[in-house]
Amino acid sequence: MITHATPLPYPALAEELLPGGGHRSFVLRRGRLLRLTDIEGGANVSLLLFNAHEKTERLNLPDSLKCQHTAKLTRGHCLYSDMGRVLAAITADTTGWSDSLGGVLDAAEVKKKYGEGPYQTLRNACYRNGTDNLLIELGKWGMGVEDLLMVLNLFSRVTVDATGGMHFAPGNSKAGDYIELYAPMDTLVVMTALQHPMDPSPVYSPKPVQLTWMQAEAGVAEHCRTSRPENERGFINTENLYL
Amino acid sequence: MSSLTSSKLNPDAAVSRHVIPAGEPWVGEVKAGQTVRLLDLEGNQAVDTLFYGVANPKERYDPQRTLRRQGNVYLTTGSVLYSNLGRPMLTIVADTCGRHDTLGGACAQESNTVRYALDKLHMHACRDNFLCGCLHDGRLAKGDIGANINFFMNVPVTPEGGLTFEDGISGAGKYVELRAEMDVIVLISNCPQLNNPCNGYNPTPAEVLIWD
Repeated sequence: MITHATPLPYPALAEELLPGGGHRSFVLRRGRLLRLTDIEGGANVSLLLFNAHEKTERLNLPDSLKCQHTAKLTRGHCLYSDMGRVLAAITADTTGWSDSLGGVLDAAEVKKKYGEGPYQTLRNACYRNGTDNLLIELGKWGMGVEDLLMVLNLFSRVTVDATGGMHFAPGNSKAGDYIELYAPMDTLVVMTALQHPMDPSPVYSPKPVQLTWMQAEAGVAEHCRTSRPENERGFINTENLYL
Repeated sequence: MSSLTSSKLNPDAAVSRHVIPAGEPWVGEVKAGQTVRLLDLEGNQAVDTLFYGVANPKERYDPQRTLRRQGNVYLTTGSVLYSNLGRPMLTIVADTCGRHDTLGGACAQESNTVRYALDKLHMHACRDNFLCGCLHDGRLAKGDIGANINFFMNVPVTPEGGLTFEDGISGAGKYVELRAEMDVIVLISNCPQLNNPCNGYNPTPAEVLIWD
C-alpha cells in the first residue's frame, strides 16, 4: 500500500492493491467514491460499468462521448449508461485523459504482441489479456460475452490527427497520478489492470493500481453535474431511479 | 484515410433490393462472399448498422478492435470490420461518401432526454428500432446491442479530444459497399433523429442491395 501524496477527500473505508495483470469487480454503492492510484507510473485500467441491480443497463461509451461532445474522458465528465443515467462521475483526474478508443487485447493479440507467456512456466506471472480477464469477472455476475462492450482505458491517452489516425501518447500517467469515480447509483464496476493495447512497448509489464473506497458527500460531484446542461439532466434521470 | 471508390456492380443484377422507409428498422442476412450496398437515396441520411454472425449471434461487430487494427477512427474503403472474437466479418470495398462514424452510437429515447430535453423521451429513436428488430428476429436481444456503425454520418474527432456531430458529407445517391467475410445478420435502423443535423432534420429512405 502507498501513502497518498494528495490527501484523500474523505477517510478511506478500505484499500486494496490491484496487481498488474489482475482483474476485479465489485459494487460501488450509491454515494461512494473510488480512487484509483497509479503506483509506479504507466498504469492502464480497462473499465466496464453496470447498474448493479439491472445488469442489462451498461456503460455506453458512444452515449457518454456524444452527449458531452468529447472523445476523451476526464475530470468533470460523466460515464453514462444506455438508459441515460450516470453510472459514475469522474470527480478527479490528475492525468487529464482517459481513452475510449483502444479497447482490450484478446489472447491471440497478446501472444502476437508479447510472445508466449504461459502459466505452465510463469505461474501467476503468466501473460493475461483484457478480453479473458474481463470475461472472468463478467462471468462471476452471470454475464457473458455480449456484455463485453467498449471499455474505457483509464490513465491512457490516444489522440486522433486530422485524417483520423490514432496515436498512443506515452507517459500520460505518472507515479502518484489518480482518478476518482463517484457513484450516484449502485454501480457494478468491472476492471483489469493491463497495458494499453496501443502501448508500443514489446515487453509484457502491466502496472499495479491502488484502489481506495470512500464515503462521499453528494456535493463531491457538483462540478460534474453542472459542467454542462446534459449532465444536469443525466443526474435528474439518475435520481429518478430512486423515486 | 478518406478515399472515394465507386463500384461496378449493376443494381439490375442484384439478388435482393429493399427500400427501408425513413425511420424504420430492417433485419436481413448477407452470406459470405456476397456484397451488400447501403444506398443513401435522398442524401444526409444516417444508417445505423450492427452486424452479427449467423452461426453464432454472440459474435458481433467490435468497434474498438476494428479501429485499433486499422489505426484510424473513420471507416471507409479498405476498412475491415472485426468481430468481438477477433475475426473479419466484412470489408468495405466501395465508398462514394468517404467517411463513416462508429463512435457516435445510436440515438435512444433515454439519451435524447440527456442530450436535448427531458420531454424528448417519446420521440422515435434508433435503439427502439434495434430492440424491435432484435426481438422480432428472435436470435438477438438487448444484450447484443453494442456500439454500432453510423454509415453516412460525419462525427469528427479533434486532436484535442473533442467530438462533434457535423453536417453530413453524404448526398443523394451516395453509397457504401461491403463484402461479407462470413455469413452475417445485418440489423439496421434508418435513423429517425430529428434533433440534430445527422439526417439534415429530414429523415429519408435508404436502400439495401445484395449481390452474389
